[in-house]
Amino acid sequence: MSPASDLAIRTRGLRKVFGGKVAVRSLTLEVARGEVFGFLGPNGAGKSTSVKMLLGLVFPTSGEAEILGHPAGDVKTRSKVGFLPEHFRFYDWFTPAELLKLHGRLYGMSHALLRERVPALLDLVGLTPHRDKRLRDFSKGMLQRIGLAQALLNEPDLIFLDEPTSGLDPFGRRLVRDIIKAQRDRGATVLLNSHLLGEVEITCDRVAFIKDGEVVETRQLDGENEEQTTVLIRAVNVTAEVVNGLSQWTPSVRSESERLTLTLPSNSLLPEVVRYLVVKGADVYEVTPRRLSLEERFLEIVGRDGGM
Amino acid sequence: MGIWIMAGVTFREAARKKMLWMALAAGGAFLTLFGTGLHFQAKDFAAHGMSPVLRREISFAMLTMGLYAVDLLAVLMTILTSVDTLSGEIASGTIQAVATKPVPRWQVLVGKWFGFVGMLTAYIAMMVGGVNAVTYVMAGVTARHLMHGCLLMWMESLVLLSVTFAFATYFSTLTSGVLALGLHGLAFLGGWIEQFGALTQTHRAVNVGVIASVLMPSEALWRRAAFEMQSPLANAMRISPFSTLSVPSMAMVYYAALYLAIALVVAIRSFSQRDL
Repeated sequence: MSPASDLAIRTRGLRKVFGGKVAVRSLTLEVARGEVFGFLGPNGAGKSTSVKMLLGLVFPTSGEAEILGHPAGDVKTRSKVGFLPEHFRFYDWFTPAELLKLHGRLYGMSHALLRERVPALLDLVGLTPHRDKRLRDFSKGMLQRIGLAQALLNEPDLIFLDEPTSGLDPFGRRLVRDIIKAQRDRGATVLLNSHLLGEVEITCDRVAFIKDGEVVETRQLDGENEEQTTVLIRAVNVTAEVVNGLSQWTPSVRSESERLTLTLPSNSLLPEVVRYLVVKGADVYEVTPRRLSLEERFLEIVGRDGGM
Repeated sequence: MGIWIMAGVTFREAARKKMLWMALAAGGAFLTLFGTGLHFQAKDFAAHGMSPVLRREISFAMLTMGLYAVDLLAVLMTILTSVDTLSGEIASGTIQAVATKPVPRWQVLVGKWFGFVGMLTAYIAMMVGGVNAVTYVMAGVTARHLMHGCLLMWMESLVLLSVTFAFATYFSTLTSGVLALGLHGLAFLGGWIEQFGALTQTHRAVNVGVIASVLMPSEALWRRAAFEMQSPLANAMRISPFSTLSVPSMAMVYYAALYLAIALVVAIRSFSQRDL
């Protein structure tokens, strides 16, 4: 467990019941400052409700939640938080610059700072050519871009992005990835709620799988600390006795002609396994660690029925 | 600070959505129609050589009728323009981007409330002032206690605004509108029952009207405003939409002020404690 001051988000048994329906059962989570953290789960798993509880939009039935060391919903702390809602909507009679200025004023930013920040952000999200249009004339992707700009307006320490790439074309998705990377480099913490597992895999340092309003598993995505690795080994002169000997590392070994497929509990065991094979006289031609894709793991955890 | 930002946005929204301009145009059309009616009436009075006293009383009655129409318009304007501002933004999720900013929720609500107060103040001042100006130019008559009457009509609008806000923090736009109009309808009917009760000296009917005014004091404020503005002779007229056989007391006016404050506090509490 990290010291509280190092945590951007900390929850303990966070629970939300709407009427008789449990939306979030018991969310216990820690996200360190500077992390890009992915929130994964099927529809109705309680991801958006959890994010809303952290932002103070929804009041928990029980449990604790802190962001940046303060209770969730604390008004002052919100000046260090940015939020892109899943379906960003705003007064459609605004131009994008007016929208950003209004949000900046709600953040308490000075006019001078806004004069500098607003054009820079419009440029960042590629909306400078559309600065005089009304939001009612914006496409879904353009609304998402301006929503993203307002979430970055105050250079937040903690950013919640709820499905940020929804409605975006490949250029837009690339833009979101670049922005998240830039925010991480700046030292900000990002909580990313996305259905696009590929995007999460590329972007996040760590993910939590949520099912029925509980964290089922958290997983590091940087590869080195991979907990479970499936390895394909192409080798000859591998006797049945040698194959049996592999059971000291894993019970999951499959041997087909020259191909061995084994699932190791940790990536760090791989050099040991290769040494063993060589010492036992096997000629090793190829060793390919195959990371279990996030999608496979997602399906494994939530079930093929999508958790419904 | 958040209050004034939200008040400004609410005001600008009305202007940008052409709501403000349409209300001004409709108000202008109303005053033109009213002025035309008064003009022909004044010409007829002159042609028939009507006595100045009678002419004055009829002009007073016309003025009160104009103010009565303004009051009805203000009631509808208050409910129709404000009913969607909270419930609509909650339903669409628009409020989420605002409610996550470092501004307490009560400031968001009070800011919007002030925005509407600004618009309704301008509307009522324009319409009441316009009707009085037109009557003065055409017939040389203005309301007896114009400021008192105008303030009471303004207060009626604020009561309805606060009640509409309170409903909108609990219910959808349509339900809130139906409830606010329904409650005013109750007060409206109660007012008539009270008038008939006073005419026929049926005390229990008068009590029914008083109870209706306790449930929603909006109509009572109009009746007090009518009493303040029309001539003593017109006040003695028997049954009419603006007759004041049973005049709401100042205690009812104070009660309405308390009612307004409570409705606003309920709206603030409900909005601050609800999930968005």
